Amino acid sequence: MSLKRTPLYPMHLKYNGKIIDFGGWELPVQYEGMGIIKEHNMVREKAGLFDVSHMGEIIIIGDRAEEMVQRLVTNDVKSMQDFQVMYSPMCYPSGGVVDDLLVYRYDSKNYLLVVNAANADKDYEWIQQNLIPGVEASNRSAEYAQLALQGPAAQQILQKLTSLDLNAIRFFWFNPQVNISGVECLVSRTGYTGEDGFEIYVQPQQAEFIWEEIMGAGGEQISPIGLGARDSLRFEAKLPLYGQEIDQDITPLEAGLGFFVKLEAGDFIGRSALLKQKQEGLKRKLVEFSMLGKGIPRSHYEVEVGGLPVGHVSSGMHSPTFKQPIGLALLNMEHCEAGTEIDILIRNKPVKARVGKGIFYKKKTKSK
Amino acid sequence: MNIPKKLLYTKEHEWIKVNGDKGHVGITDYAQHHLGDIVFVELPELDEEVAAGESMGVVESVKAVATLFSPVSGQVMEVNEELEEAPELLNEDPYGNWIAIIELSDQGDLEGLMSADEYKSYCETLE
Repeated sequence: MSLKRTPLYPMHLKYNGKIIDFGGWELPVQYEGMGIIKEHNMVREKAGLFDVSHMGEIIIIGDRAEEMVQRLVTNDVKSMQDFQVMYSPMCYPSGGVVDDLLVYRYDSKNYLLVVNAANADKDYEWIQQNLIPGVEASNRSAEYAQLALQGPAAQQILQKLTSLDLNAIRFFWFNPQVNISGVECLVSRTGYTGEDGFEIYVQPQQAEFIWEEIMGAGGEQISPIGLGARDSLRFEAKLPLYGQEIDQDITPLEAGLGFFVKLEAGDFIGRSALLKQKQEGLKRKLVEFSMLGKGIPRSHYEVEVGGLPVGHVSSGMHSPTFKQPIGLALLNMEHCEAGTEIDILIRNKPVKARVGKGIFYKKKTKSK
Repeated sequence: MNIPKKLLYTKEHEWIKVNGDKGHVGITDYAQHHLGDIVFVELPELDEEVAAGESMGVVESVKAVATLFSPVSGQVMEVNEELEEAPELLNEDPYGNWIAIIELSDQGDLEGLMSADEYKSYCETLE
């Protein structure tokens, strides 16, 4: 199978991106002369520009669109106002997760769902299977390029390119018609880094132009950022990654995403399983941990207590901000209390770690 | 790509600098460049007997875990403990920062290694 390229591929070559195969997409893991740690710190301290055009875009249109989207996702879609964005898991009847996504509401008959690249086809199929009369779904992924501009300097940089006061776009809201350097873009104050910032959707043929405009406006304050730092940034901010913190066998409640499961919102797919799980109590859940012994925890490493398996690491790495390894693990309930000592099996050797709470990066997003 | 002339190289991107029956071992510029930011080094064990081509340690970057293979058979005489505190030294100066010193048990092992020119050609085939 041949690899897919985003409309910004020429920019990755121009800025010397180190291209890898990311789930069938040719994307930069990092940029020459920078590297994951420098790119990571750039986003925490100034600003970074990401190509996230591989993300999938699915539109849901029709008289009963609101009802349809509410049926698909676990969060309270009916509470949304026009031009609001909402994060939500989308579940199977079992309560396992199909995907996690952003819901953009234009109005009650018109929604845009932004889904993970690797899941886009699966999601579209799932939505088609569950379609109700009076609603149409359509996979528009190829019609959107997407850039993420993230970091404390993001607003100041983007403001140079538009006459719209960006303060008007609040956290998890969007404006579908922002004129950026003469090009109409959809701009939302959203992101996947734990920093303030924007996600910018634009027609593919305008993507390179917008990229260069933002890079030019950012000057010394900005750098292109690859997938490596995208992962380390989202990880430090404890934002879930599909396939690690959540998947078809892990429910949002187990993954600590209960805030995004509104059991009273309506009869969404997976509701009865999640309700039952909530009533019976969780058997396992996601916890933070820090290392006591030497070693770096990695995704899928086993966790033991007293030589017996009690769970696994969902994500783990050397945190560039804290300059030490930290991790997230899905553990049996009896080992989840903060302070509990656990063993991470690193190359089949148990290495001591301790369950913690509040040890991850405190998000700087403007949530109010 | 920096490939010093006087060293010998493995296909797994280790270098060895042989002096009599002692060999300083490290990772190459190619290795550090491809790993990216190195954040952890698991050193070989002191006095451990290692065999040519076998695992004796680990080098981890933010993204990747790479096994360190011994270029030769012998005994680990010394390890560079500085790397435990400052693993990034392997990025900054991969040939100035050795990982272990091995006492060679068989000089014949060196015949299986690549010269700088051979290693350079080998790396070119990987690009």
